[in-house]
Amino acid sequence: MSLRRLFRGARLLDPDSGRDGVGDIIVVGGRIAAIGANISGDELGPDVEIVDVGGSCLAPGLVDMRVQLREPGAEHIESVESGSQAAAAGGVTTMVALPNTEPPVDDVSVVEFLARRAREVRLTKVHTYATATKGMAGKELTEMGLLAANGALGFTDGVKAIADALIMRRVLAYARTFDQLVIQHPEEPSLASAGEVTEGEIATRLGLAGITPAAEVIIVERDLRLVAITGARYHVAHVSTAATIEAIRRAKTDGLPVTCDTAPPYFALNETAIGDYRTFAKLSPPLRAEHDRRAVVAGLADGTIDAIASDHSPWDQDSKRLPFSSASYGIVGLETLLPLSLELYHNRHLPLIDVLRRLTIAPARILGLGVGRLAAGAPADFVIFDPDAKYRVRTDAFRSKSKNAPFDGRPVQGRVELTVVDGRTIFERAA
Amino acid sequence: MDPHAYRHRHLLGIEGLTPEDITYVLDLADGYVDMNRQTEKKKSLLRGRTLINCFFENSTRTRTSFEVAGKRLGGDVINMAVAVSSMRKGETLIDTAMTLNAMRPDVLVVRHPESGAVQLLSEKVDCAVINAGDGSHEHPTQALLDALTIRRRKGMLAGLTVAICGDVLHSRVARSNIALLNTMGARVRVVAPRTLLPAAVEHLGVEVFHDMTAGLADVDIVMMLRLQSERMHGSFVPSTREYFRFFGLDEDKLKAAKPDALIMHPGPMNRGVEIASTVADDIDRSLIRQQVEMGVAVRMACLEIMAGNPSNGPPVK
Repeated sequence: MSLRRLFRGARLLDPDSGRDGVGDIIVVGGRIAAIGANISGDELGPDVEIVDVGGSCLAPGLVDMRVQLREPGAEHIESVESGSQAAAAGGVTTMVALPNTEPPVDDVSVVEFLARRAREVRLTKVHTYATATKGMAGKELTEMGLLAANGALGFTDGVKAIADALIMRRVLAYARTFDQLVIQHPEEPSLASAGEVTEGEIATRLGLAGITPAAEVIIVERDLRLVAITGARYHVAHVSTAATIEAIRRAKTDGLPVTCDTAPPYFALNETAIGDYRTFAKLSPPLRAEHDRRAVVAGLADGTIDAIASDHSPWDQDSKRLPFSSASYGIVGLETLLPLSLELYHNRHLPLIDVLRRLTIAPARILGLGVGRLAAGAPADFVIFDPDAKYRVRTDAFRSKSKNAPFDGRPVQGRVELTVVDGRTIFERAA
Repeated sequence: MDPHAYRHRHLLGIEGLTPEDITYVLDLADGYVDMNRQTEKKKSLLRGRTLINCFFENSTRTRTSFEVAGKRLGGDVINMAVAVSSMRKGETLIDTAMTLNAMRPDVLVVRHPESGAVQLLSEKVDCAVINAGDGSHEHPTQALLDALTIRRRKGMLAGLTVAICGDVLHSRVARSNIALLNTMGARVRVVAPRTLLPAAVEHLGVEVFHDMTAGLADVDIVMMLRLQSERMHGSFVPSTREYFRFFGLDEDKLKAAKPDALIMHPGPMNRGVEIASTVADDIDRSLIRQQVEMGVAVRMACLEIMAGNPSNGPPVK
């Protein structure tokens, strides 16, 4: 007898269909069997489990297209298991890991290893990208055909930009042969190597070496021209400047197969968060000036930015409790993805359904996954949350092994109550 | 003189040849195939003529093929491996041409690693020049021998569908074959990963595919190209196993082609890279050995034509 559950009395929010209204969902055998207002569960018989949602929001589970899980290689920092627990608590039902592990995901065996680990942990659905170049060395193509056939969802050198223009052209051309997505970390490496924060008054006052914000648009503009030549599907990760967003807006108008995402730090924070050399606010690309932060918000509002990803980048204390220049780049994000994204709604930049769109169906479409929507026949992956619940972020309560986030103590609104994957509850907030 | 005779002074490429030119060469070569199968295979057409094989790039099969062809026609054949002589000493191509010309050869057979180099050399000498392969540009005798091989098996070239598969980007064989097959009325496809296709290849009159099964669907002829080893490990394709899996010809992919489709390869083959041995060695479908045999006949025909053209030879003084 397969699992039968009736979720009753929810505010159903499905960005794909535009549905926003009170209703019920019936789950049978891991899929949504029926959805709508006043569905009676009578025909399901006596074995059905009834969950009273009590008016909370029920939306597709979040699809996080950019996380680092550190497995294999650095399981003391994060693992598939701890990362999945953090994802479940954050309402994330599908996530895609970057391939910058040790060894990197540049071989079919590592793709298979991660798939096995995900099956064993059996919480959030875990996918992986593979590297675009062998060893992320930026020189030789990886076996994209074989890697994709074994489940790799796209190709990227992780937190390294694919720097060489000729190699990037071949990466795009080869990926296009197999209709694969290429994801770029948008920092022109020679410019970015000159510093660790955005250049400007704050960097100058702190005596930190600056990176011109143009380092981002320079490599994106170059890539867009290569995309025009090759026709490859190209995705820019965590865009953070007005100039980049404008370049992508223009490329989309021109009909290029281009998409992009951003991460909460780029619309929730600006460079002032570095404050007194706070290494938890050190990330790549670096936090930007206020006008760039506003451009990110505007890009999300007008749809130029397709998706929001957590850019979950766990680090242990030894990697962050260092002088600013020596500290690692990155912020953990799985458990704050929803409340920080909901700031866009509470601050009236985007309607709730559009915030959810950037977290669900939009990334699912870019990745070619059949998740991220509430519809009969779709996988029963969803999140139940109270969008208005007020609380303060407590990083010490994170399920992630790493706590490196500059959001500790930040007052937020929006709390995950229940996370469901294939009809199974993978997270339920303790009452 | 035959009104349909080939009337060009040199054979530098297929580009520019008419269907009549090509048919004339193939008809002549056809006769040499029969002669070559006899015990006595010597003619004296080229008696007293000097043929210099001038190879600026390593070659075994093409050079040997021209040497056999020249000797069977009774000519004096001299092999010059220029790659290891004058180029090393810094002599320019034009100086080498002038030096060779002063020895009063009747035919120069030239291979050079740079596209256009054979044409440049041909402009500086008084004798006939046959291009035995220039860079990624042309290899006309290969295309002619391929055409003869197909014609003898299928009866004609017009109306056939031919898929040329693999490293089209760097291949002079592909360029010559595309030109010849189009001239003769065949339909030509190219099948390759996008990293191994030159820009605007569709303007050469081919249909472009990136998937073997789709590209081989209902074709009459599958022409595989050699993948050079320096291109196998990441610069253009990631690995030989991935290349073989997606672009190597094996029995499975061949099922998409017509049941009587034939397989060709200019050699030397990389077994297990671009072609599986089971396919390459299939005596019913593989024409690879016949191609080598036709090569000698085609080159005999070309030499006969070059030597018979009165405009070739020493200038009248």
